Amino acid sequence: MSKRVLTLSGLEPLIITEESNFVNIGERTNVTGSRKFLRLIREGNFDDAVEVAREQVEGGAQIIDVNMDEGMIDGKEAMVHFLKLIAAEPEIARVPVMIDSSKWEIIEAGLKVVQGKCVVNSISLKEGEEEFKRQASIIRRFGAATVVMAFDEKGQADSFERRVEICQRAYRVLTEEVGFAPGDIIFDTNVFPVATGMDEHRQNALDFFRAAEWLRTHLPETHISGGVSNVSFSFRGNPAVREAMHSSFLYHGIQHGMNMGIVNPTMLEVYDEIEPELLELVEDVLLDRRIDATERLLDYADTNKSSRKGKERDLTWREGAVHKRLEYSLVKGITEFIEEDTREALDVIGSPLSVIEGPLMDGMNVVGNLFGTGKMFLPQVVKSARVMKRSVAWLTPFLEKEQSEASRKAGKIVLATVKGDVHDIGKNIVGVVLACNSFEVIDLGVMVPANQIIDRAIEEDADAIGLSGLITPSLDEMIHVAAEMERRRMTIPLLIGGATTSRVHTAVKILQAYSGPLVHVSDASLAVPVLSGLTGKQAQAVAGKTREEYEKLRTQYLEKGSNKTYLSIEDARANAFHPKWEAGVPSPPRQPGVTPIDHVTLRELEPYIDWTPYFKTWGLHGKFPDLLEDAVVGEEATNVWHDTQEMLREFVASNMLQPKGVIGLFGAVKTADDSVRVTEVSNSDHTLAHFHFLRQQQKKHSKAYNHSLADFIAPEKSGLADHIGCFAVTSGHGLESIVKRYEAQGDDYRSIIAKALADRFAEAFAEYLHEKVRKLYWGYAADETLSNEDLIREAYRGIRPAPGYPACPDHLEKETIWKLLNVEEVCGISLTESLAMYPAASVSGYYFAHPESRYFGLGKIARDQVEEYALRRGLNTEEIERWLSSQLNYEPKTFA
Amino acid sequence: MTRIQEAAHQRILVLDGAMGTMIQRHKLTEEDFRGERFKSHPSPLQGNNDLLTLTRPEIIREIHDTYFEAGADIAETNTFSSTSIAQADYGLQSLAYELNLEAARIARASADAFTLKTPDKPRFVAGSVGPTNKTASISPDVNDPAYRGITFEELVTAYSEQMTGLLDGGADVLLIETVFDTLNAKAALYASREVMNHRAQEVPVMISGTITDASGRTLSGQTAEAFMISVSHEPLLSIGFNCALGAEQLLPYVDILARKANCLVSAHPNAGLPNEMGEYDQTPAQMAEQIRPYIQRKLVNIIGGCCGTTPDHIRAIAAEAADANAIRMFKTETL
Repeated sequence: MSKRVLTLSGLEPLIITEESNFVNIGERTNVTGSRKFLRLIREGNFDDAVEVAREQVEGGAQIIDVNMDEGMIDGKEAMVHFLKLIAAEPEIARVPVMIDSSKWEIIEAGLKVVQGKCVVNSISLKEGEEEFKRQASIIRRFGAATVVMAFDEKGQADSFERRVEICQRAYRVLTEEVGFAPGDIIFDTNVFPVATGMDEHRQNALDFFRAAEWLRTHLPETHISGGVSNVSFSFRGNPAVREAMHSSFLYHGIQHGMNMGIVNPTMLEVYDEIEPELLELVEDVLLDRRIDATERLLDYADTNKSSRKGKERDLTWREGAVHKRLEYSLVKGITEFIEEDTREALDVIGSPLSVIEGPLMDGMNVVGNLFGTGKMFLPQVVKSARVMKRSVAWLTPFLEKEQSEASRKAGKIVLATVKGDVHDIGKNIVGVVLACNSFEVIDLGVMVPANQIIDRAIEEDADAIGLSGLITPSLDEMIHVAAEMERRRMTIPLLIGGATTSRVHTAVKILQAYSGPLVHVSDASLAVPVLSGLTGKQAQAVAGKTREEYEKLRTQYLEKGSNKTYLSIEDARANAFHPKWEAGVPSPPRQPGVTPIDHVTLRELEPYIDWTPYFKTWGLHGKFPDLLEDAVVGEEATNVWHDTQEMLREFVASNMLQPKGVIGLFGAVKTADDSVRVTEVSNSDHTLAHFHFLRQQQKKHSKAYNHSLADFIAPEKSGLADHIGCFAVTSGHGLESIVKRYEAQGDDYRSIIAKALADRFAEAFAEYLHEKVRKLYWGYAADETLSNEDLIREAYRGIRPAPGYPACPDHLEKETIWKLLNVEEVCGISLTESLAMYPAASVSGYYFAHPESRYFGLGKIARDQVEEYALRRGLNTEEIERWLSSQLNYEPKTFA
Repeated sequence: MTRIQEAAHQRILVLDGAMGTMIQRHKLTEEDFRGERFKSHPSPLQGNNDLLTLTRPEIIREIHDTYFEAGADIAETNTFSSTSIAQADYGLQSLAYELNLEAARIARASADAFTLKTPDKPRFVAGSVGPTNKTASISPDVNDPAYRGITFEELVTAYSEQMTGLLDGGADVLLIETVFDTLNAKAALYASREVMNHRAQEVPVMISGTITDASGRTLSGQTAEAFMISVSHEPLLSIGFNCALGAEQLLPYVDILARKANCLVSAHPNAGLPNEMGEYDQTPAQMAEQIRPYIQRKLVNIIGGCCGTTPDHIRAIAAEAADANAIRMFKTETL
C-alpha cells in the first residue's frame, strides 16, 4: 500500500502517517454537539468558550472542530471571532483547526483568519460539480485540507456502490480539475445505523467497511473519516451496547482503512474489554454474520438491564406493593394502572388525603430528586405530573369531605403571564414542575393585569409570585408589577422568567422597583431549588445573598455600559452599509398589493417545520435529528418525538389549526432618515405608509458597518424602483378548544405539545410563505431550488425580519403592518396593548429581497437617535423610551 | 523548467546582500529622498528607502551592479516596503505600482548587463515582497486579542498590486520574504496565484520566513516545520529563512527545512546579531565561516545575506558556495 500522509499545522505541525493511531477530533467546540458551548457562544461568553477549547487541547485533542451553525447566532461572526481569539492562545493554537459548517460563507470567512493549514468540514457534490469545484478551488488556494461528504446531486451514498461512485468522482474532480493533493482529501463516507430491524440496513456497517477498503486500495493516499456514534442509533438508552458497538466499529473501520473520526471518548469501550458474548453479538450485527443477529443482540440488550425499555413489555413491577407500584407509575409516567392502584391504596390506607400525602407525594419526591440530579428530563416530569393529576382526580370525590382540613403544602405560588402578553408554554412547564414538587400552584393564565395578580396573591396568602413573558414590552410590565408590589408593601418573593428576561435585566431594572426577595429563573429546572430556597428556613439569607449578587451585577453592568463607545446617529449613518444596487434591485412583484392566503393546509406546512426549537421548549438541547440519538437526552427526545408525531398526524388529518395569512408587496423608497416610504407598486407617488427603522450606534471595528434595515432599500436619489413586502400568519385558530380538552383531562403534557406544535406550524407557515413569495407572488427568485434543510439554514436570497426581534426591536411597527394588510380582519390576529399577537401562534414581519440583506442585532442605541425616532413616529420621547427600554444605552429621565 | 531552476541544478545560487546597509553608506538627506518630484510632499520621507527608486535610481542601480560584481546570481528589487500598506506611513500609497515597476526595471537592466558579459552565468531578478508593517493573525491591541490591524483581503489587494508592478518591470521570481506572520504570507501566495492567473503566466515563487529569536518560532508563533506546512499548498521554487538571526543561530532551522522540504531551500541570514548600537559588525570572513557548514552539509540551494551584509560579505559567501558538489539534492518534479 502506498504512503498515506496528511500534514496539518497550527503553531506546531501535525503529521498523520500510516503509523499514526486513529486521529480523534475534538468535538466540544461545536455548538451543534455541545450544549455548554452553544450556551457560552449565545451568551457572548467567549472567554469561557476559549477555555473549552483549551481544556480540549489539554485533554489530548489533536485537531479541534469548531462549528457555529445555529440559527440564533451570527455564525460567520462567531466563527471568525472565536478563531481570532484562539489564535492568541498558544496552548490552543498549537493544534490545527477544523472549520466546520454547512454554510460556505462561514467556511470562507474562517479560512481568512487562520495562519496554519486547517481542515474544512465539509464540501460535497450535493449542489453539483460546478459548485463543488468552485469551493474546492478556494479551499486549495487557502492551503487547507478538506472533508468530502459522500453526497451528490442524487443524495447521500448509502450503499457500497454509491460510496465508491461518489468518492471516485469527487477524487477525479479534485485531483484532475482542481489540482488538489490526494493526501489533503478526507472522505466522510457516512456511518449509518445497523440493527434497525429493516433488512436494507443490515449491510450498513459492512458497506462502510467495504467502501473504506476500496478507497484504501484504489485511492490510497486519501483519508477516511466518519461520525461513529450513528452506527448504534437503534440502541439509544443502552450505553453498554452502544459503547461496545462503537469500539468494535472503530476496530474494524481502522482495519479497513478508516484513520480519522469524531467519537465522543466517553462513549467508547476499550475493544479488548468488551465482554466476549456481547462482542460476538455486536460483530454478528456489524459484519452481518447471521440472519438473526439483530434479534440476538436485542435479546441481549433486553436481558441486560442497562436499557430501560425492552421490546417485550416487562410487567414484573406489577407484583410489588401498592406504594411501590404507584411510585413506578409516577416515575415512568404510566397512566394505565393508576386508577386501579389508587383505589387499592385508598382501600389499604383509608383516607384519600393520606394517599396523596403518603405514596403519591413520596413518588413525586422521587421524581423531583431524579429531576434535580439530572437523571430525568422535563418531558418525563410533565408526564409524571399527568399521572399524579389522574390519581388525584380519581380521589377528589372522596376528598371533599376531608377538604376542610386540607394540609399546607410546601408553598403556594401565584403564576401569571403579564398584561399584554399571551405566551405561556414556559410558564405552564414551570407550573407543572412546581406542582410535582409539592408546591401549590395558582395559575392565573395570560394577559393578567398587575392588580389582579397582587389581589389574588394577598387573598390566597401566597408565598411567592412568578411572572412570565416573552415579548420585550413584557419586561416593562414586570417592572410595573414589581413597583405595584412595593407600593402595596408586599414582601413575598418575586420570580421572573420568560424568553426575553435575563439576570441582567432583572438586576438592572427590576431590583430598583421592589425591595422584597427577587430572583430571575432562567430555566424551568431551576424553579424548584429557587423557590425552595426562598421559602425555606434560610429564606432571608438566600434572598439577601441574591440581592447582593444582583447589586454587583447592576454596578458591573452600568460601568461596562459606560465603557462602550457610541457614535452619533449622523456618524452611524455615515458608516451605513451600501448594497450593490446595479445587480441587486429586485424585480417588481408579480402580484402587487395585498393578497390573503387562506388555502394552505397543515399537510403542506409540515415539511417546513424546524424541529430543533421545538425540543428546546422541552429543555432538550441539540440539533434535530441528531439529538434523537444523543447519549444523554436521546431517549427522552425520541419519546417526545413519538408523542408529538401522533398529535401531528391527528392535526394534519383534520387540519385543526386553520392556518390563515396575508401578504402585501409594495413599492419602497428609503428616505434619508432610515425610514422607508411604502407606496403602490404602480404609482410611487401614492404613499401608503412609512416603516421606521433604527440603526446600530455602537462603534465598530474598521470593517464593520452600522446597520439599519432601511439600508437594504434603494434610496430616493438612486432613482431606482425598489420594493418591500410584509406579512402576518397564524396557525392558532382552533388551538384553544384542543388545549381545553387536554386540560380538562388533566393532561398538561399533551396541552404543552399542542401549543408548542402550533408555534412550530406558525413558523413553518412563515417559511413556506416566504418561499412562495420569492418564487411566485414576488417572483424575484423564481428559479430557486432549495431543500427544506437549506430553508431552515436560510440559504435563500432575502430576509424576513420581524418587529420585536433583534434587527427591528420596535413592536410599534406591527401596527403599521396591521393597517397596511388589514390583518385583524383577514386573519383574525389581534394585537394586545403590549402589541403581542393573539393567538400566540402567529408570526409577522417584513420581506427584504436585496441579495445582500442580512439579519443583525440592533444593540443599544443613544438618546439622539431615540429623540429623532420619536419625531419620525410623531410620538413623544418618553413613550418611545418606554417601548425601547431594553435598547437604550442610557437611563431615561422618567424611569419608574 | 525555468532558467532559474536549470541554474539551480548546476550550482548553489547566490542571493545578494542588504540594500539598506548599502543605502546608509550614502548618508542621504531628506532632500535626497524627496528629489524634485516630492519636494512639497507634506510628510517627512527620509528613511523611505524604496522611494529612492524614483528619486535616486542611479544609487539603486549601482548597488545591484556591485552585488553582481561580487558574485551574486540573484538581485533583490528595492521593494521590500513598496506595498500600498507600508507606503501609507509616508502618505505614498498611490505610488505602489510605480515603485515596483521601476525597481524591477532597474534590477532587470543591471542583471541583463551582467548576463551579457558572462552568458554561461545568467543573472536573475527576484521581486522582493516584504511582510508589510501589519499582522493579519496577531492583535496589536493587548486588551483586545480578537482585533486585527489588517484583513486577508486588504493584504491580497496590496500584494496583487505590488506583484503586478514587479512582473511588469521584468522580475523573474517573486520573493515573499521576512515572513513573521504566516497569514500575511498566505495572502501573498493567494495574491501571486491571482496575478499569475490574470497574466496567464507561471512565475516561480520563493518564500522565506523569519525566526524571531531563540524560541525557534516565527513572530506569529509557528515552528519552522509548521510554517513550512502552512505555505506548502502553492508550488514553490524555494522555502527558507532570513533576517533576525545570524548564520550560526539560523542553521538548526534551515536544517529542518533541508530535511523536509520538497523544493529548493534558501537562507539569507543577517551579518550576525546586532551590537548594542544596533549595528552589525560580523566581518565577511567571520560570516563565511558560519556559512561553511550550510554548504558542507548540503543544506541549501540558494544562499545570501540580509541585514548588515555588504558586497564583501557576498563575495566571501559566493566563494564558499562555489563547490558544485555541495548542492542540496532535490526532486525535479516538485519544481
